[in-house]
Amino acid sequence: MTTTWYVVLSALIFCIGLGGLLTRRNPLVILLCLELMLNAANLALVAFARAWGNGDGQIFALVVMVVAACEVVVGLGLIVAIFRRRLPVDADELSELRG
Amino acid sequence: MTEVLFFFAAALAIATALGIVLLENPFYSVLSLVANLIALALLFLLLEAQFVAFAQVVVYAGAVMVLYVFVSAYVGQPDHTPRPSGFINRLAPLFGLALFAELTIAVVGSGLQMLNSAGPDVPATYGTPAQIGELLLSKFLVPFELASFLLLITAVGALVLAQKRRGLDP
Repeated sequence: MTTTWYVVLSALIFCIGLGGLLTRRNPLVILLCLELMLNAANLALVAFARAWGNGDGQIFALVVMVVAACEVVVGLGLIVAIFRRRLPVDADELSELRG
Repeated sequence: MTEVLFFFAAALAIATALGIVLLENPFYSVLSLVANLIALALLFLLLEAQFVAFAQVVVYAGAVMVLYVFVSAYVGQPDHTPRPSGFINRLAPLFGLALFAELTIAVVGSGLQMLNSAGPDVPATYGTPAQIGELLLSKFLVPFELASFLLLITAVGALVLAQKRRGLDP
């Protein structure tokens, strides 16, 4: 399999995640779609690492995993805080900060 | 054999990605993401990135997803409200498709020699924990330390977010 296949697959998964990010309103699912997009980027990074034949891209993928884990922890903390304040868990109704 | 495995994993990854976006119950979306992560780990193995695949399954599909399952059991109720038929919602799939077409044209049309090969032959140590560890502690030491610092900040931030605050909690 050539690198092109992997990169195009990664682009497709990224775009599916983007579509979900734009259409879903549950913050939990929005976070899941964000994870999906980060993982698509990871796939491209690992594919390019294989194409170059060195391990640098794999390190990038590991760092992306760390950043994704941090994002999950903060995002889920926010969702739990929203839920405990009895606010609606809905991205459209949480618009108090809208300018 | 490689082709069969690639198309199997790719089909699984695309189907579960669509599942995340289209399923109404957030809990099923989480399970769909777990399946997606495992399919991606299979693709990483095909790219000979053993350690990244291992970390993906153990850390991501194992540990991070447990957090998601707990939170979706805590707050997640099925999203039964009808989807708003707004401007953005009708345009979003179109936008995603347009971006995919653009990225595909950009990748395929770039004409890079590198993209049309499966990559050079790599030694048997490629992608092993030994190689990754050596890179992390020599060439990428600063990003490695920054990542650990980021994890520390996140742990503190999560505690601050999750604690009870007087006057704000009902």
